[in-house]
Amino acid sequence: MKKLLSFGTRSCAGCPASLAVRRILEAVGDNVIIVNGTSCLEVTTTQYPLSSWNVPYIHTAFECTGAVASGVESALKKMGKDTHVVAIAGDGGTFDIGLQSLSGMIDRGHNVLYICYDNECYANTGLQRSSATPYGAATTTSPPGKFSIGNKTFKKPIVQMLAAQKVPYVATASLAYPDDLERKVKKALTIKGPKFIHILAPCPISWRFDSSETIHVARLAVETGMWILCEIENGKIKINVTPSERKPVKDYLSLQGRFKHLKDEDIKKIQEKVDDDWKAYKKY
Amino acid sequence: MDKKFNEGAWAEPGTSVKNKTGSWRTFKPIVTDRCVGCGTCTKFCPEGAIKIVEKNGKKKAEINYDYCKGCLICLKECPFKAIEKEVEK
Ligand SMILES: Cc1ncc(C[n+]2csc(CCOP(=O)(O)OP(=O)(O)O)c2C)c(N)n1
Ligand code: SF4
Ligand SMILES: [Mg+2]
Repeated sequence: MKKLLSFGTRSCAGCPASLAVRRILEAVGDNVIIVNGTSCLEVTTTQYPLSSWNVPYIHTAFECTGAVASGVESALKKMGKDTHVVAIAGDGGTFDIGLQSLSGMIDRGHNVLYICYDNECYANTGLQRSSATPYGAATTTSPPGKFSIGNKTFKKPIVQMLAAQKVPYVATASLAYPDDLERKVKKALTIKGPKFIHILAPCPISWRFDSSETIHVARLAVETGMWILCEIENGKIKINVTPSERKPVKDYLSLQGRFKHLKDEDIKKIQEKVDDDWKAYKKY
Repeated sequence: MDKKFNEGAWAEPGTSVKNKTGSWRTFKPIVTDRCVGCGTCTKFCPEGAIKIVEKNGKKKAEINYDYCKGCLICLKECPFKAIEKEVEK
């Protein structure tokens, strides 16, 4: 069978974005229109005049993924076609600049699966911080130093925000659990209305680890509890993987150059936040 | 391509196969005889450059070196430690 994302993308070695899309397309199949906001995924798969896509694909401006996906879905509906619409954007395009168009898409109830691959920064433009960047991480716009811890804020709770907006299906996924990821994509496509899947995308370039470690880092995120694999269906949460004994967050942080400046007390603060998050999730 | 689409920028599907990204490698992953063809690496290769083939009734991973960028995720993740590396010549 033809590869739906062909060979020869310009992504870095070990790139989580290409990998995420291969898993997504495996689950979606070819009856789809992909809408993709400007991001690493876009710049590495659509280097003019070439394209890596073997399914219909539209590149939209950075902030417009939700709006363009809404338009495509409305047109297909009018034409009586059952083609899936899958929107894919980065964290910058989802948490920051595209949040209003995503929120509008949800509000109008468009039948679109929106997937955010989250490399926790604006990667293709030079690794600047976004509101998805975790606490303490070094980025080019949150450099650590004598008076700075690195990024000062904790990650924006996008999953809870969208669940509060009553999105019928919200899920998180991990590249280290490909079967779970593909299952969630397939399930989302059976649900009418807007759906949101959030995939953690460990990026060797911006997180500063060896390119062979992409999956290892993704798995550690789950095993330390820093990334909670869950599904929220009509307001009911299901946690998919509960590590019997959560590994200390240090195991995850110490693999990544972006956290190497953190002191023990900073790591303790991150550990406490993860412990609190788990308590909150279990209550929720 | 339909003439209507000729306005704006568009590209023919799948044309990036022209980019032989195998030239990027520093390290080259090598599949050894320990490979049992379980397919774990195929799910983790960002390039989609590994497939399972059958040779003499035995399943084995085969790497497409035209496109493998040498990230070595396959080497790291193989449950049978069946992939080794050498410096690309
Ligand atoms: C309105 C606007 N502002 C800024 C840019 C420049 N820009 C393009 S992509 C991007 C960052 C994308 O970050 P993210 O969505 O996280 O994707 P990533 O590159 O990390 O995959 C920026 C700042 C733009 N294209 N349009
Ligand atoms: S910077 Fe990261 S996300 Fe972007 S192409 Fe490179 S590896 Fe992929
Ligand atoms: Mg990003």
